[in-house]
Amino acid sequence: MQRRRQRIPEKPRDLKASLRSLLAYCRRNLGVLLFSLLLAAASALLNIVSPRLISRITDQITQGLASGIDMGAIAATGSLMIAINLSSAFFGFAQHALMAGFNQRLSRRLRGDISGKINRLRLSYFNFHEYGDVLSRVTNDVDTIAMSLSNSLASMVSSAAQFSGCILMMFLTCWPLACTSLLSVLLSLVLISRLVKVSQKHFVSRQVSLGSLNAFIEEMYAGHDLIRTSGAREQVRSRFDAYNEAVRGATFRSQFLSGLMQPMMAFAGNLGYVSVCVAGAFLAMRGQITFGVIAAFMIYVRQFQSPVQQIGQSMTNLQSAAAAAERVFQFLGEDEMEDDSGRPRRISRVRGEVIFRNVRFAYPDKPDRPVIRDFSARILPGQKVAIVGPTGAGKTTLVNLLMRFYELSGGEILIDGISIRDLSRAEIHDLFGMVLQDAWLFEGTVRENLVYNLPHADEAALREACRSCGLDGFISALPQGYDTVLDDNTAISAGQKQLMTIARAMLQNRPMMILDEATSSVDTRTEQLTLTAMDRLTRQRTSFVIAHRLSTIRNADLILVLREGDIVEQGTHEALMAKGGFYASLYNSQFEQAVSSGESPDAAKE
Amino acid sequence: MLQILRRMKRPDVFRALSALLFISLQVWLDLALPEIMSTITRLIITPGSSLREVWSCGARMLLFALGSGAASVAVGYLAARISSNFSYSLRGEVFSRVSEFGAREMKSFSTASLITRTTNDITQVQLLISMGLQVVVRAPIMAVWAILKIVGKSWQLSLVVAGAVLLMLCVILFLMRLVLPRFRIIQHQIDQVNRIARENLTGLRIVRAFNAEDYQMAKFDRASAALMKTQLYTSRRLAVLMPFIGLSMNVLSLAIYWTGALLINGIAPVSAEAVAARISLFSEVVVFFTYAMFVVLSFMMLVLIFMMLPRAQVSAGRILEVLSTSPEVREGSGAHPLEKGTLSFRHVSFRYPDALRDCLHDLTFEVRSGETVAFIGATGSGKTTLVSLAARLYDATGGKILLDGKDIRSYTFRQLSERIALVSQKAVLLSGSIRENLTFGNAAAPFTAQDCERALDISQSLGFVSSLQDGMDAHVAQGGANFSGGQRQRLSIARALARKPEILIFDDSFSALDYRTDAALRRRLEEEMKGTTRLIVAQRIGTIRHADRIVVLEEGRIAGIGTHDALMRECAVYREIALSQLSRAELEVG
Repeated sequence: MQRRRQRIPEKPRDLKASLRSLLAYCRRNLGVLLFSLLLAAASALLNIVSPRLISRITDQITQGLASGIDMGAIAATGSLMIAINLSSAFFGFAQHALMAGFNQRLSRRLRGDISGKINRLRLSYFNFHEYGDVLSRVTNDVDTIAMSLSNSLASMVSSAAQFSGCILMMFLTCWPLACTSLLSVLLSLVLISRLVKVSQKHFVSRQVSLGSLNAFIEEMYAGHDLIRTSGAREQVRSRFDAYNEAVRGATFRSQFLSGLMQPMMAFAGNLGYVSVCVAGAFLAMRGQITFGVIAAFMIYVRQFQSPVQQIGQSMTNLQSAAAAAERVFQFLGEDEMEDDSGRPRRISRVRGEVIFRNVRFAYPDKPDRPVIRDFSARILPGQKVAIVGPTGAGKTTLVNLLMRFYELSGGEILIDGISIRDLSRAEIHDLFGMVLQDAWLFEGTVRENLVYNLPHADEAALREACRSCGLDGFISALPQGYDTVLDDNTAISAGQKQLMTIARAMLQNRPMMILDEATSSVDTRTEQLTLTAMDRLTRQRTSFVIAHRLSTIRNADLILVLREGDIVEQGTHEALMAKGGFYASLYNSQFEQAVSSGESPDAAKE
Repeated sequence: MLQILRRMKRPDVFRALSALLFISLQVWLDLALPEIMSTITRLIITPGSSLREVWSCGARMLLFALGSGAASVAVGYLAARISSNFSYSLRGEVFSRVSEFGAREMKSFSTASLITRTTNDITQVQLLISMGLQVVVRAPIMAVWAILKIVGKSWQLSLVVAGAVLLMLCVILFLMRLVLPRFRIIQHQIDQVNRIARENLTGLRIVRAFNAEDYQMAKFDRASAALMKTQLYTSRRLAVLMPFIGLSMNVLSLAIYWTGALLINGIAPVSAEAVAARISLFSEVVVFFTYAMFVVLSFMMLVLIFMMLPRAQVSAGRILEVLSTSPEVREGSGAHPLEKGTLSFRHVSFRYPDALRDCLHDLTFEVRSGETVAFIGATGSGKTTLVSLAARLYDATGGKILLDGKDIRSYTFRQLSERIALVSQKAVLLSGSIRENLTFGNAAAPFTAQDCERALDISQSLGFVSSLQDGMDAHVAQGGANFSGGQRQRLSIARALARKPEILIFDDSFSALDYRTDAALRRRLEEEMKGTTRLIVAQRIGTIRHADRIVVLEEGRIAGIGTHDALMRECAVYREIALSQLSRAELEVG
């Protein structure tokens, strides 16, 4: 089955760019990073000295073989070596500990930024992007970055220090042999860079395929009941297998290619060793160098073979970090809503007058298909406005525009005479309480859910809100009352959830209200309760009510009838009924069957 | 960990065995290299040896190195194959086990945690296997082989090496004891971070409307900071490890030579024989040193695994937890139905796991073929639970349910899905095209284009679907986010209709529709689905008024069964509900 995925980049962007943006991102903590890299270098340089001291000890032993070993000299060298090693180990430890701090702070910041980004993206972003994909960035990708970035940087720096230290010593000792061994290293560097280039592509494709798999799994687990009742298990399984297969392939390729690095390096190292021996023997036979020089070079070649290997290893790690960083920064780089948090508050005392003037809206990707065509209305302070119309008429879109979840394509909306374009979103949101059809509760106590985002919630107000929503009975029956933790295991019905969101909005006590199908999943007996409470809530408050049950909005001061993005009628219930137009037919249709009791023309047809 | 490894497939076990061969070959070649090197050294130091000898020795060494490289490539290939195959099949197993789960298991694990278990946890295990094969297997072989080469050379030197190894092991084990328990906590904290991010995503509009971005952010940051703290704790403890090992390696080499020097000095250089003995002792020390380093090196490689093991172990445990959970609702072996489109509840009661009391009590009623039965009652009265039992999302805890005359538990899931279609309260659409959504799953008869069109038509979706640019092939975002609530509901109704089941269950699935659409839809259902048994859970009296029978539920018990008119006369609960929705006049017209 073909599935669309806009996310997959046609071509992976390059390693350098994503690393550069990653480093730019760490700018603030670059000091820590640099210092710990310095420590890594110091620790590595001290480490170079150890083998030389060991060879000094062997010299001291060899010299003393015939006569007697100078144990004092050995003790001196030995203590020097222990001192150097201790400090090297200390530097190493300090470096690891600092780096751990750097890593974890970096991941926390990345996680925080991704999470913050979620709230700054346009709402429409999520029409085309899956939650699982975003979530996989929060955990998997950030994890990969933290695990690989700094560790590979540290080992690269210490390797580089060791490497350049060795080279320096080599050239100081004998330049022809130094050149010989460098040649072998050059060979391995060329091999590495080729390999890195090839495997980079596969690392990206591994992360991408993992992301798609994640998104698929998330969707299937969320729609679990549907799969069961549709008997779609085999079908889902075969789609899963396709994703899984893609992950398997990409994982295998990236892993195998990165696994090639090690043997290639080892061979290049051995090649260097042999060429030093042969070239050294040649030079020695011509009397140009002594055997001591060759012996020293054998140590050097070994010593700088391992940093080259480590650099290779770090390159692979760096690749996975880069691939993950690419995905994280791609997300962080998505277009945001403009930041208007700095705007001064402009409405001090809300009257609650809302004017829609020639409002037009179309999704940016479909400019020729407006959802709202030309909507104008004037809502007086304290009015209860009902927005009705068939599904798809644009009712919810209108609310989204009023709340500035979406930006207008044309026209304007004025609150107390001020265009909402000139208000900050936060100020607009502060003006409205909101209850939506999808009852959104989170894992936390009942209290936390109800006093959501209110720092100083009044206990009495909380109880009052619950009582007027008819929730007090339900809550007191819970094992810990208000402190019961709601999670997936709490048996709570859709209606009870909805009531809780209504109580939550009541507690917020905002000057205006938006109720978007707030009662559609509350049964009608419970709804009665809610309606009474909400009537109290909407009294003297400008409120917007979207409802299918037209009986619940009969008492609205103004009913706006929407059809395909246009206002077709407006007025009170009585006026609209008298007019006998679209609203009247809409209203009557709800009683059609109830009223006609099987004798309607439709029923007669059967 | 071993438990999870047992799930490896046979070809991969063979791959692992051949990897073992290659590893042994590689270790043999690697251990042979120092001998050739010392030959070369001797050749160079001995005056008068020819360049050709150096050449041939060098060529031999290169040959060995090449062989070792090739073996290592082969091992890398096999390890990549094995680990990617293993994670592939493990992921498949976990996924299919989860798809066998019932609603109950889904709830007890939580979706977010199951997602991490299927993805992240498996990646952890895979990482360990790919590294483990190359290191865990290689290290002991190398250690044993190297020990064999030096065994019996000198007990004093062996003691030094053994002491060093023992010390290193002690330190490592101590660190593991500190760190290991934290890894489990870390996994849990990752779940928390995931959950909060997810919660923010699902409640996007509310979070913004409440200006709760900062609140949400603070909450996320608390979880994120807790995770950071634990990770800092473990990684700071582990920061000791590598420097400590480096230090022990160097001190050990020093100790070997120092001890060697003492041993040599133990023989006084009084005669030529004594000097010769001293020289041979010295060369033994040198050889000992070389191989001792190999021994320590292999222990160091094991440490690497130790660092990865805890996290992978926790992950393996979490995966096994899923695999060892068997779903409570089990598939039947298949039944031969006696009737068509009937459902019968006999003394059914139900209690949610961990709940204190039953939420359905002793329900008994029949649904006859082609009948429309409606369920109404207050929030929390058990309507949704009841239809979930009929769709076998849960099993009744008491009594039994017969479908087409046979116990519902005896049917296979396939048979059930061919007979029953459930439209849930919350419309779930899957990403893909509308067509893919309609033809999702398997039905009694294959889906035809006409079926889909008819289903769209009946569900009042044809209008908006055909106005879309791509019609039935239009893209549906995850969760149907690019459609309105009403459109989503109509599409999910269409999906159930396209399956042409014997029994249709609507669990409050008209709630997002406006009255007009609702009425039109019900009229079409009445006309077109005459032979289909329908169970309707609803809030609105209007929606169910014409049902053949209405079951009134109150607190999990049946408060009344009958037609609208009968219930209006006899059932107080029903009358109360009806009056709250329709005015007396409206009701009396009927």
